Amino acid sequence: MNALGLVSTRLCAGLMCRRSAVNLSSLRFSSGMTLSHIDEEVAKLLQLKAQLGGDEGKHVFVLKTAKGTRDYNPKQMAIREKVFNIIISCFKRHGAETIDSPVFELKETLTGKYGEDSKLIYDLKDQGGELLSLRYDLTVPFARYLAMNKITNIKRYHIAKVYRRDNPAMTRGRYREFYQCDFDIAGQYDAMIPDAECLKIVYEILNELDLGDFRIKVNDRRILDGMFAVCGVPDEKFRTICSTVDKLDKMAWEDVKKEMVNEKGLSEDVADRIGEYVSMQGGQDLAERLLQDPKLSQNKQACAGLTDMKLLFSYLELFQVTDKVVFDLSLARGLDYYTGVIYEAILSQTIPALVSTPAEQNGADEAGVSVGSVAGGGRYDGKCPVWVSALGLRGSFPSWSRRPSHVIPE
Amino acid sequence: MNALGLVSMRLCAGLMGHWSAVNLPFLRVSSGMTLSQIDEEVAKLLQFKAQLGGDEGKHVFVLKTAKGTRDYNPKQMAIREKVFNIIISCFKRHGAETIDTPVFELKETLTGKYGEDSKLIYDLKDQGGELLSLRYDLTVPFARYLAMNKITNIKRYHIAKVYRRDNPAMTRGRYREFYQCDFDIAGQYDAMIPDAECLKIVYEILNELDLGDFHIKVNDRRILDGMFAVCGVPDEKFRTICSTVDKLDKMAWEDVKKEMVNEKGLSEDVANRIGEYVSMQGGQDLAEQLLQDPKLSQNKQACAGLTDMKLLFSYLELFQVTDKVVFDLSLARGLDYYTGVIYEAILSQTIPAPAEQNGADEAAVSVGSVAGGGRYDGLVGMFDPKGRKVPCVGVSIGIERIFSIMEQKAETSSEKVRTTETQVLVASAQKNLLEERLKLTSELWNTGIKAEVLYKKNPKLLSQLQHCEETGIPLVAILGEQELKDGVVKLRNVASREEVDVPRADLVDEIKKRTL
Repeated sequence: MNALGLVSTRLCAGLMCRRSAVNLSSLRFSSGMTLSHIDEEVAKLLQLKAQLGGDEGKHVFVLKTAKGTRDYNPKQMAIREKVFNIIISCFKRHGAETIDSPVFELKETLTGKYGEDSKLIYDLKDQGGELLSLRYDLTVPFARYLAMNKITNIKRYHIAKVYRRDNPAMTRGRYREFYQCDFDIAGQYDAMIPDAECLKIVYEILNELDLGDFRIKVNDRRILDGMFAVCGVPDEKFRTICSTVDKLDKMAWEDVKKEMVNEKGLSEDVADRIGEYVSMQGGQDLAERLLQDPKLSQNKQACAGLTDMKLLFSYLELFQVTDKVVFDLSLARGLDYYTGVIYEAILSQTIPALVSTPAEQNGADEAGVSVGSVAGGGRYDGKCPVWVSALGLRGSFPSWSRRPSHVIPE
Repeated sequence: MNALGLVSMRLCAGLMGHWSAVNLPFLRVSSGMTLSQIDEEVAKLLQFKAQLGGDEGKHVFVLKTAKGTRDYNPKQMAIREKVFNIIISCFKRHGAETIDTPVFELKETLTGKYGEDSKLIYDLKDQGGELLSLRYDLTVPFARYLAMNKITNIKRYHIAKVYRRDNPAMTRGRYREFYQCDFDIAGQYDAMIPDAECLKIVYEILNELDLGDFHIKVNDRRILDGMFAVCGVPDEKFRTICSTVDKLDKMAWEDVKKEMVNEKGLSEDVANRIGEYVSMQGGQDLAEQLLQDPKLSQNKQACAGLTDMKLLFSYLELFQVTDKVVFDLSLARGLDYYTGVIYEAILSQTIPAPAEQNGADEAAVSVGSVAGGGRYDGLVGMFDPKGRKVPCVGVSIGIERIFSIMEQKAETSSEKVRTTETQVLVASAQKNLLEERLKLTSELWNTGIKAEVLYKKNPKLLSQLQHCEETGIPLVAILGEQELKDGVVKLRNVASREEVDVPRADLVDEIKKRTL
């Protein structure tokens, strides 16, 4: 170590007729362990705090659940059971197994995977053992499970609660404890077959849940990246332009274009070119047409994505789901993690929230998710097994949300 | 505050090229708030710790679950689902509803309810909000739920995981995260009817789980207390003598008596008198006999308990469960909050558990014990702001124990546990039939048939059959050029290898018939 730390602590306390002789010797640190000393001092201070009578000095029994959490009463449980039965029957119909994992993981397992979201993780108190945190999603536990058990092929669903310490000021009404329902197919397979099955599963579930009309948008990261390239977006702006395009489900093109030009520094020409592509929707025909597009056809990534999109739609035809699936070039969700096809299911009819106070009934909408979005997923091909993630259902009825997929640790 | 605390801290740190100027002012604490200042200092120290690189100074992705916790793999989940289905069907048969509560509660909700167990509670880190702790059981959340919603009558079950930071040295093999399965009837009702229904439920569940022979011991706190009183146990020793008596399921009477006399300070006479009573077992007859007992009949508590015991057995007779229920005066489990009848279900045949499989045996529960409960009339009142009493009787099923036993049974059995419910694999022996396979699979899904298809354009028949054998899929629907022309599908029984050509239109019915 270059510089040495000097920590000196002296603590004497006597309080409220209770004598606690906590005299700490002066500590001098040299290169080597300082951490256990710090732990010691922290422990002594907390002991003093406890002796002072804890945070309030009084014991008032408060009848409430923790902020952001709620009980499920028998009526809600009956509904929940009905929904789970429909969803699980569908997963089983497709030959999926299920696993379960602990509610907390080693903190180090979760750390570093979430970027700016890591401040939203619930930590457990350091009580002298391992440092633990409550799981933030079901994807990292899945990845850990695959790696621990050296599994390369699995088709699994996992329905369980996850925990996020959302800042209430930013996200009014959001629950901190909420259900996630994940379905993933991991393994090396022939192209687009598992992807098509995922979409078939989403289609079946949404039909059986009888939530009204819906549609599933599909796109592909390679097509988006190829499109940005041929439109003239600088490489380093891909991700940020992507998140702007993603706002098209909530904002009009005019405003999205404004953001691209004024805030993200694109020229109007480039923005206009993007505008022409992202307004396109269709099916297998659109994929074929774009493969003929003079500019896109010159881009290798876009071609790969478009060829797979054609193939996907041929399988969706056989699965009889093309009536509700649309290839939509404006879909740009969660592109940080997805490497291939991406999709999002949206309810056509948004059932308005039942109760006035958003705090009680607004379920757990993710930031930036359009109302009406009920499922989302995509393909991630890391250095490990290939993932196709089909489903992310959250929160209470009728408000659902999508979940982001996460990178598999190496 | 009488004496003042003086906290002085000076912290300078510079380390490894990281410059962190954390200079803390000299603090003098006087009467008034010292707590927030302590919090501040703690925070600064922890920040310094983090800057030093945390506990290890390195970030290694460790592939393990937290100590005392485990994943459930698909086989274990299949067993778990089977067990839950049996148990939940039974609860529903008896008209119970279910609720769910958050995994953590406000720390203050849990504090003070667990006595010496409170050091086993998992706390969440103080991250600037409410102080939270992971739930330790399902009973306190239940009491809070009743009080919050001002509910006076409910019959509810709740199956969920709870968390206890058991000291590994003391409790080898014990899980820190484990399922509890609680059933409770809350409300003011005529005596012993709900209590009898609880026992009927335990009886039904244990029968249906097919775990071998079992018996259910019942006793009553009032009978025990009355018995101690007439034997001459001093009031203040009731609880401690009780926990000694509780050891009779594991220790011989001689050793239990020794503990009473040598460690707990009872005279030999008193111990002997206790010994006479606690060796008694029986049914309604024993309750009647004890009501005639010259000493016990003078004790009001004991009489109340014995009268109710008689009544209970008369109901158990009507419920046809008396063949497995025994009134046992040595049963003394968990008496801290029980106020009336108590019971414990014990498997006669204890299947020995290997070291890893020891599930989550409750403290002081004898091996072989799979359920326990009783009446607790005072708990909800502790939560209610007005102290309104809601009498409760319930039972907790030792579900981890049951999982353990079922998992072991599965391992030693020749029958494989399936992790999927797939009825048929759609396959082909020839090339270029992917489209046909996908089409047929989709048709089957559309009728609700559980079907799979390999994600390969041209899979070999052998690998398709192997997949069936590995995962237990009983049927294969084989497509071929000729079969397609003839409008049939070759339906093959994986185990027997028998094949039959089925007209496409009849395929769904044939599959249903063969995979009931």
